[in-house]
Amino acid sequence: MAQYQNIFTQLQVSGPPDHGPPIANISFRTQGTRLSRLLGWFGSAQLGPIYLGYLGVASLIFGFIAIEIIGLNMWASVGWDPIQFIRQLPWLALEPPAPSNGLSLPPLNQGGWWLMAGFFLTTSIILWWWRTYRRAKALGMGTHVAWAFAAAIWLYLVLGFIRPLLMGSWGEAVPFGIFPHLDWTAAFSIRYGNLFYNPFHALSIAFLYGSTLLFAMHAGGPVSRTFVAARVAGSAARLAAGRCRDRAPAAADSGAGR
Amino acid sequence: MALLSFERRYRVRGGTLIGGDLFDFWVGPFYVGFFGVTTVFFTLVGIALILWGASLGPTWNIWKINIAPPPIEYGLSFAPLHDGGIWQLITVCALGAFISWALRQAEISRKLGMSYHIPIAYSVAIFAYFSLVVIRPVLLGAWGHGFPYGIFSHLDWVSNTGYQYLHFHYNPAHMIAVSFFFTTTLALSLHGGLILSAVNPQKGEAVKTAEYEDTFFRDHIGYSIGALGIHRLGLFLALSAGIWSAICIIISGPFWTRGWPEWWNWWLSLPVWN
Repeated sequence: MAQYQNIFTQLQVSGPPDHGPPIANISFRTQGTRLSRLLGWFGSAQLGPIYLGYLGVASLIFGFIAIEIIGLNMWASVGWDPIQFIRQLPWLALEPPAPSNGLSLPPLNQGGWWLMAGFFLTTSIILWWWRTYRRAKALGMGTHVAWAFAAAIWLYLVLGFIRPLLMGSWGEAVPFGIFPHLDWTAAFSIRYGNLFYNPFHALSIAFLYGSTLLFAMHAGGPVSRTFVAARVAGSAARLAAGRCRDRAPAAADSGAGR
Repeated sequence: MALLSFERRYRVRGGTLIGGDLFDFWVGPFYVGFFGVTTVFFTLVGIALILWGASLGPTWNIWKINIAPPPIEYGLSFAPLHDGGIWQLITVCALGAFISWALRQAEISRKLGMSYHIPIAYSVAIFAYFSLVVIRPVLLGAWGHGFPYGIFSHLDWVSNTGYQYLHFHYNPAHMIAVSFFFTTTLALSLHGGLILSAVNPQKGEAVKTAEYEDTFFRDHIGYSIGALGIHRLGLFLALSAGIWSAICIIISGPFWTRGWPEWWNWWLSLPVWN
């Protein structure tokens, strides 16, 4: 007999939206909220409110500029043909300067645009980081999410800024582009013999696979444990709503009957 | 070994799949069960085989110990022990131990009145291993296509197998799997960070509730998936990573034999722009 497995919510209960505890600059929170029944199958149904502060807006502006620089350069590289832009998009790139350029500012079309896009993207990311820090402080919470985000930013900065600086050449950095950044990865590995033998690479793979293993283990628990509670709550709610006669009290058959 | 105060009430009888009361007991904190016994059996035999295989090799340097699968020439037959047979027996023991472990998880779930999400999740990982050492070699016609058991030797296998397809990053299923791995790590760090930030608040503040967790993410990105939702999401992301990894290696060889960059030509030659 098929049994509910707590993957999709069977009974979505809606009520007044949750606006959360007050904060100092509460006027920056939007007013509107929406309920999405599609989202409600899997997670919380409520969309919004969102906090629109100076850091977030500035981050989005800088990020948008970065994306425009990258995208328009890619479009230019196919002669502004819109069809070829879509067709070749996975292969298109905005490349860093040539190694011969060292760390100096290159002409725009020889890596200058790459450097500018990198600057705007980095600023955008750092502003967003500051946003995660401020939102936690405003709620009186610890800043762990911000520091976790900082670990990812560290990797991004090493790849695109710190290592090129230490190597004396912007040309060492990663190009913007879907396939081009994968080509960079393969070339980098070959340049150092085989990156699998780099002990820090081995450690980082262990942690990448390890976090996947741990999240699967950790998540399996709550989902399987709350399934009993969810069945009880679902039955109770259905009984209260007068929707149907429930066949048997859910709690009683969890052990004895099988 | 001491039990925590709330654990004692969970030491109950029942839930076994095989053996009834015979193995329904604990050793210290560890539940045994029929499948606890089989796990230990396969593990000990498997380790003994690994040590034997290592002793036949040139080194005891832990990074360089290598137990190779049979040469391709043996096809799908049982190979001589000294020529890949040990690898085959170790593989049998590994699968025996992993499957026993999953069934033990199932017995414990049944005992606690829980459903089977944990053993099912673990079975996805077993499936990924199974696809590398059984499914793909069988489809290619030889056990020799399995990966060798050795720390650096198994990495060499990954590298060499990847280069057989010129540039493995272009494998579309590999791209999807990698994206799921990175997203899982992102989601876990956000989830872990959020919980820790609620129970380790600012100095002088009270411990925060679920309402604060939701509000942090609503302020931050306009949406909070919620306590149950993040665990459903994490489970989905993690299992998807494993499933797409298995897919990406099964299609490499049995279903696609050219370089993976070449696969993308179907997009470049679509009639709409040609």
